[in-house]
Amino acid sequence: MNTVDFGVIDKILEQNDYSQAKTIAILQDIQEEYRYIPKESFQYVADKLGISCAKLYSVATFYENFSLEPKGKYVIKICDGTACHVRKSVPILEHFRKELGLSGTKHTSDDGLFTVETVSCLGACGLAPAIVVNDHVHPTMTVEKAQAIIDQLRGEENA
Amino acid sequence: MCAKPKTMMIDGMPVLIENEKNILEVIRKAGIDLPTFCYHSELSTYGACRMCVVENKWGDIEASCSSVPRDGMEIWTNTPKVRKYRKMILELLLSSHCRDCTTCNQNGTCKLQELARRYGVSHVRFENSKTVPEIDDSSASITRDMSKCILCGDCVRVCDEVMAVGAIDFAGRGSKMKVTPAFGEPISTTSCVGCGQCAAVCPTGAITIKNDVAAVWDALSDPNNEVVVQVAPAVRVGIGQMFGMKGGEDVMGKVVSALRRLGFNKVFDTITGADLTVLEETNEFLTRLENPEKLPLFTSCCPAWVKYAEEKHPELLAHLSTCRSPMQMFGAVLKEQYKNTGKKIISVAIMPCTAKKSEAKRAEFNDEQGPATDFVLTTQELGQMIKEAGIVFNELDPQVVDQPFGIGSGAGVIFGVTGGVTEAVIRRVSEDKSNAALRILEYKGVRGFEGIKETEVEVGETVIRIAVVSGLANAEKLIKEMQEGKRFYHFVEVMACPGGCVSGAGQPVGTLAMKKKRGEGLYQADKMSILKHSEENPTLAGLYSGVLKGKVHELLHRTYVDKRIK
Repeated sequence: MNTVDFGVIDKILEQNDYSQAKTIAILQDIQEEYRYIPKESFQYVADKLGISCAKLYSVATFYENFSLEPKGKYVIKICDGTACHVRKSVPILEHFRKELGLSGTKHTSDDGLFTVETVSCLGACGLAPAIVVNDHVHPTMTVEKAQAIIDQLRGEENA
Repeated sequence: MCAKPKTMMIDGMPVLIENEKNILEVIRKAGIDLPTFCYHSELSTYGACRMCVVENKWGDIEASCSSVPRDGMEIWTNTPKVRKYRKMILELLLSSHCRDCTTCNQNGTCKLQELARRYGVSHVRFENSKTVPEIDDSSASITRDMSKCILCGDCVRVCDEVMAVGAIDFAGRGSKMKVTPAFGEPISTTSCVGCGQCAAVCPTGAITIKNDVAAVWDALSDPNNEVVVQVAPAVRVGIGQMFGMKGGEDVMGKVVSALRRLGFNKVFDTITGADLTVLEETNEFLTRLENPEKLPLFTSCCPAWVKYAEEKHPELLAHLSTCRSPMQMFGAVLKEQYKNTGKKIISVAIMPCTAKKSEAKRAEFNDEQGPATDFVLTTQELGQMIKEAGIVFNELDPQVVDQPFGIGSGAGVIFGVTGGVTEAVIRRVSEDKSNAALRILEYKGVRGFEGIKETEVEVGETVIRIAVVSGLANAEKLIKEMQEGKRFYHFVEVMACPGGCVSGAGQPVGTLAMKKKRGEGLYQADKMSILKHSEENPTLAGLYSGVLKGKVHELLHRTYVDKRIK
């Protein structure tokens, strides 16, 4: 379903001067475009940068921030930093996973709508426990509020 | 005025610092065999294994491979602290490592096993968290088992820095880190050329060379088979090392005896195939010389180079010689020669090379009589068979190979070392066949272990420019400069392994000095040979008027085409 548009990739490469030194920036730009780094783009980018595909894969897998799997339309990041953890972020995480049919190894729902991830700290400890849905921060979360968010997002999809 | 010599103290002994790039090399120069997993002088320094740690005069521990020697430095290599650290590192490595040594391919040649014994690791204090084997045996040349990997990165660096292939790299981080092709795909689907240099530098059993010994034993014990075998030039100067010899000495006579004792029905020398290659390749070159757009001509004896060209330079495929490699020419000739013996002909080749295993399986070499070569055994595998059969190699009386292919030239012998193919071709094309001409040729720049060599010879009115490269990273550099118009050649010899076939990954693992000795051994064998020029080999005339009649192209040539989907 996700065909890579090499024209887009070319543009990203050009903006980054086809520079090996800008490998990370290029990967970030591709991820920005597709919300993940599509497998088909690897060989193409590696050839254009003059590095091996294995090397590019090495860089992409080193950083937690890069995703090689398609992400859902709504990326839910649940903070599990110390402050959020002691203020019970785990039940919230478990609720999201249970409700969306996800687990520690399965991060994206089958309908492609939701991706649930944990992050180590959002830097919003005063609002603990906090989560971020796409770029929107939700403070002082509870299981009930989590359910409300899911209902609301599903509602928007069905509208 | 001379600068004051720099010295450092190692274990209380003053040692001169010359041009060593790190303390480790100074220590080794001082006669101390400091252990390492991840350090190879021909690769970049990685500093991961921490086996080479030393203690300085302040009691700090540092990795000697990553420290620059300085005047007045004082270090100690064998203190209680260093011993404790080293042992701890070994224990930690072993804690997550398979310990079934007896059934491991690397048993007896494993560096981890050796160092564990050397440092007295009789007990590992940590729970064994070894993972289940993750075996990738998709390649005909190598087998990978990542559960035995200690992440030293030697394979990654040799593949990238020496071979310019980069088929594997680290992926992931921390405890989940692995050495793998992109997306964990099977190695056979990558640009891997099968050179096996990763296996040669791997200190454990994580990457090993595919072993075909069992299949060859089976073939030998079947009475319906006629098993013919050919031995490549580099094998005769490599195998002695496995039997306690100094290395580099030509023991072809003993190899022939051993092969007969093992049950091979007919034993031949690949140099006959090499002589055929010289004749065919020279003809091809002279024809191309008349059509300059078909130049330069790249050699195609090395299957790892052929695969590399297919993967990275499909635009050069039309410039690759159509001549089969000596192994595949001779294999096809042998199958043709013995096709009517009433038995099944099994063609085996003893090679210094792991890429030959993949070459033998290529569909292009499936002739009317089946594959030109059925099995390729490396020098190491032959050594293994000799040991298994209980043959005392050192006491064998030398024997000569069988007729009708009992004669080969010195030009064929030197195929096993970088520059050899070129020298053989030059001998063929030059009009002066005297010994003096041969001696002059020795010093024309084709010999030696440098990565890129150049020479010029005159053929008629034309001055032929020749390049000889070994190590695919050197080939890549040369090709780039040729394509940029900075270099021009008529003829380019490429061997994937640095130094040529004597350094092949199928040979016993050796130092650079050992590989050079093997090269010298081949030049010595050339000096001792009666014939110096391939065209003087009387066997060939018989072949051209015999089994090769009307089949020269079919049996001796093939064209490599771009198989990539456009």
